[in-house]
Amino acid sequence: MASLRCLLRSGKTAVRAVLRREFHGTPPAAVQVTVRDALNQAMDEELERDERVFLLGEEVAQYDGAYKVSRGLWKKYGDKRIIDTPITEMGFAGIAVGAAMAGLRPICEFMTFNFSMQAIDQVINSAAKTYYMSAGRQSVPIVFRGPNGASAGVAAQHSQCFAAWYGHCPGLKVVSPWSAEDARGLLKSAIRDDNPVVFLENELMYGVPFEMSEESQSKDFLIPIGKAKIERQGNHITVVSHSRMVSLCLDAAAVLAKEGIECEVINMRTIRPLDAEAIETSVMKTNHLITVEGGWPQFGVGGEILARIMEGPAFNYLDAPAVRVTGVDIPMPYAKILEDNSVPQIKDIIFSVKKTLNA
Amino acid sequence: ATFDIKKCDLHKLEEGPPLQAVLTREEGLQYYRTMQTIRRMELKADQLYKQKIIRGFCHLYDGQEACAVGIETGINLSDHLITAYRAHGYTLTRGGTVREIMAELTGRRGGIAKGKGGSMHMYTKHFYGGNGIVGAQGQIFETYNMASLWKLPCIFICENNKYGMGTSVERAAASTDYYKRGDFIPGLRLDGMDVLCVREATKFAAEHCRSGKGPILMELQTYRYHGHSMSDPGVSYRTREEIQEVRSKSDPISMLKDRMLSNNMASVEELKEIDVEVRKEIEDAAQFATTDPEPPLDDLCNHIFYNDPPMEVRGTNPWTKLKSVS
Repeated sequence: MASLRCLLRSGKTAVRAVLRREFHGTPPAAVQVTVRDALNQAMDEELERDERVFLLGEEVAQYDGAYKVSRGLWKKYGDKRIIDTPITEMGFAGIAVGAAMAGLRPICEFMTFNFSMQAIDQVINSAAKTYYMSAGRQSVPIVFRGPNGASAGVAAQHSQCFAAWYGHCPGLKVVSPWSAEDARGLLKSAIRDDNPVVFLENELMYGVPFEMSEESQSKDFLIPIGKAKIERQGNHITVVSHSRMVSLCLDAAAVLAKEGIECEVINMRTIRPLDAEAIETSVMKTNHLITVEGGWPQFGVGGEILARIMEGPAFNYLDAPAVRVTGVDIPMPYAKILEDNSVPQIKDIIFSVKKTLNA
Repeated sequence: ATFDIKKCDLHKLEEGPPLQAVLTREEGLQYYRTMQTIRRMELKADQLYKQKIIRGFCHLYDGQEACAVGIETGINLSDHLITAYRAHGYTLTRGGTVREIMAELTGRRGGIAKGKGGSMHMYTKHFYGGNGIVGAQGQIFETYNMASLWKLPCIFICENNKYGMGTSVERAAASTDYYKRGDFIPGLRLDGMDVLCVREATKFAAEHCRSGKGPILMELQTYRYHGHSMSDPGVSYRTREEIQEVRSKSDPISMLKDRMLSNNMASVEELKEIDVEVRKEIEDAAQFATTDPEPPLDDLCNHIFYNDPPMEVRGTNPWTKLKSVS
């Protein structure tokens, strides 16, 4: 075990080699990997696999990444594959889109998605709509990735969730991983996808370790975009969430289980295309639904899910109105006590579950 | 006393600011006090950040004091100023108090933005922040064009501290002569570590604008001792020797102090006394900033709209309705 930990520190290839050598013939061994390392490994493998793949963004190369997600990549792949840009989002997003159109496969990093607003015209009008406008002649195989949503104490201009904004647009795929396995499998799929993918990470999740099966560490481990995952089975209520909020939902579910309430927690994994079928199947079993997100309530992810349920077969199975648990409808304040009360807490999820079940 | 100051590099200007500056004793003591206040305040913020009493982002201004102080002495409080996230120095020179600034950093109700803005979002009269997202090089050129077209009385100031986050200017800019980048807009490049240089250049630039000649650009060559923010150690992309060298040879406060002492404009004791007073002011402010209570929860949803009737704001779930007033 100690030697395994040692190898974990020295790098993933070492770990995998050890696993294959020492655990040959025994059941597959799991390993603890942080979301940050999972993203790093996914990019590393895809850079190696396809020489058209490259990463560009602010501080991604020589600084090893503002959040260290691209650590070691510049050292390994050099200036031609890992490119530091000036602080100029509209400019470099445009350059990335052009590169994708011409045949390369760029990964365009926004230091946070708040900065993507400077470049959003390139994401929507140059990337998302082009395949349609050209009637299939011109594809744009690009990934826009970076941290999204609230962090800790970074105030109003650095805390916005863009899932609903990007999820609104046809032509874009929008992915929101939660676990390290999600991060790895979905990023690889995003890079291999021939369409523009907005990949919404979460800064607070970067350092969180998850157990990853040996299968999930294979170089061709892909998670399909557009398919949700049931993280916890239950019969009483369906709880749908994405990104960091999934952690809170699981924590709330654990507390509720002690009172005999069994929640089925669904990790959306993808915002667009939304896996409505998975949610409907669950609601048809549990008859109750709440959605949980960090973003603002109006015109949001939860709003879309509730509308789909209304319009689909699951509506007739609801025993109570479906409700949304969301961030408070205000710009993010700085003071800790205000910030804590601006995003859903575990107690809000528990409260909403109980209110829905007693309706 | 009169001091020789460095000549400015000029772009599209026949004449530049004067090569000499007159400094009175009062002025000298005032500049010294303000710069020292900013310096001590930033160092205190560093301390409080490491103690986790300040959270989130914190971009410190130490090293660049001569810029904020010099600029303010060249303009009036009734002029308008806007800056990016490295804003604590300007918040002070624009009329904020150390207490209000520090209480904002610690997120308390006595903060200059009532605890709701934080380090990057501080405002006072005629000071529009404090802005977190300054990505665009493109927007600046759009602005240059319109300002020039419409002869807007605007001074564009670039505090060139040699690094954009962790990237040196040589790696990020095809031309590092920022004062020339306004192209058709005249520009000056000057020593941003010399408060007198900054003052004279600002006066010159302000006069240029006020006389209806249109916009002008100022590039202040300066340096920041801290990293880009508190999460950046600041030594992975530059050497400690470089930082030390600037500290020993070009520190703005030392420069002013040496000038005043060698011209008998103040005594060592006098300046020490100012240091002691400043230190006390910072300590008091820090004390206030750490003991003032956090904002009340019913302030959570206020200040969404101006001059609007009170409204209801949705909480985290549909059963929670919160109050919001202008």
